[in-house]
Amino acid sequence: MLAMLAKEPAHGYELRGRMRAALGPLGETMNAGQIYVTLTRLAKAGLITSERADGLPDRPDRRVHALTPAGQERVTSWLTEVSWPKPDLTEFHLKLVAAATARLADPVALVDAQRREVMRRLRDAQRTALDRSMDPVAGLLMEGVVLRLRADLEWLEACERMWTTRKAGG
Amino acid sequence: MTESVLRARGLTRRYGRGSGMVRAVDEVDLSVPAGESLAIMGPSGCGKSTLLHLLGGLQRPTAGRVWLAGRRLDTMSERSLARLRRDSVGFVFQSFHLMDELTAVENVELAALLAGRSPRQARRRAGYLLDRVGLADRADHLPSALSGGQRQRVAVARALSNEPLVVLADEPTGNLDSAATLEILRLFEDLRTEGQTLVVVTHDSRIAAIADRMITMRDGAFADDSRLAVTAPVHGGWR
Repeated sequence: MLAMLAKEPAHGYELRGRMRAALGPLGETMNAGQIYVTLTRLAKAGLITSERADGLPDRPDRRVHALTPAGQERVTSWLTEVSWPKPDLTEFHLKLVAAATARLADPVALVDAQRREVMRRLRDAQRTALDRSMDPVAGLLMEGVVLRLRADLEWLEACERMWTTRKAGG
Repeated sequence: MTESVLRARGLTRRYGRGSGMVRAVDEVDLSVPAGESLAIMGPSGCGKSTLLHLLGGLQRPTAGRVWLAGRRLDTMSERSLARLRRDSVGFVFQSFHLMDELTAVENVELAALLAGRSPRQARRRAGYLLDRVGLADRADHLPSALSGGQRQRVAVARALSNEPLVVLADEPTGNLDSAATLEILRLFEDLRTEGQTLVVVTHDSRIAAIADRMITMRDGAFADDSRLAVTAPVHGGWR
């Protein structure tokens, strides 16, 4: 959110618009309340100032939010920091191992169930990505989501191969 | 209960004999209602292509029964089977199978003629379908002058030329790069939303994710059958 203020100060509702434009369908779930709570926190942390603007008579409580120098610095360091979301495969992997070794469940059945769930997500993400009316920049995010889900499905295929062979082998 | 477009009971196809015998399709029961889009996935050699061939009357089962729109395929004469395929099924293959000597529009037109359209109707339908797959401006090109994705779009137009009861596709994106795959995904997504009954056999998760229902096959049998979503088909458009 700080980064969305880097170009110029904005009202809360403008900020929400900027976030939604950047995130596309993934931004739909974000509500106004979350935005205002976050803005209050950022102001307390000294990263933004929230000044009451000479408002319109019908919306007297409009505030304009702007980055402080500390806020600017935070945005700069965030941009250059290398972080990457970790997909947590460990837990599922352990489920398969436990299911097989303790004979608690058929690991291949667990793979099937997981695949159903990932396919459902892929289907939803892909439908959104294929929508011709989608903004191309927001579409890029959906493309990333689709690619990750496909990688998960490929890994599940490898799991299936492994546990089918193990089962067949006794 | 809605009438199934495709139905199979105990459908089996074996290759070889004795200890070398392979059950490519092993006692499969299946019912595909009108308007459903179904993806069949599974590792190579699981029997999914053979199943598609049995459903489309391209191969005969060793045992079991199969119906298309209530008519039994497994007992049908070769001649009636050929007619039924021509009139009621649309096939899309991995390697397109277009006639190299014919232009895009002629490929589609020929299929419409064979399905019993008059030359005028056939020409009109071919033009309309090529327009629907976004290739109106390539109608007079030979397949050799088209990209892989464009060839597959012609093949889809051809598959629709007889207003098929069902479109059967075998790895339709198998020979395509990712940009061309996207074109085919869009096309199949349009078919699905317009209520075309579809069976796609694939190991490409993208094309499978178009479907409303997904079956996973292992060793010739169904290991998993799930409905990804229940969506009411919208009819019209391609007719």
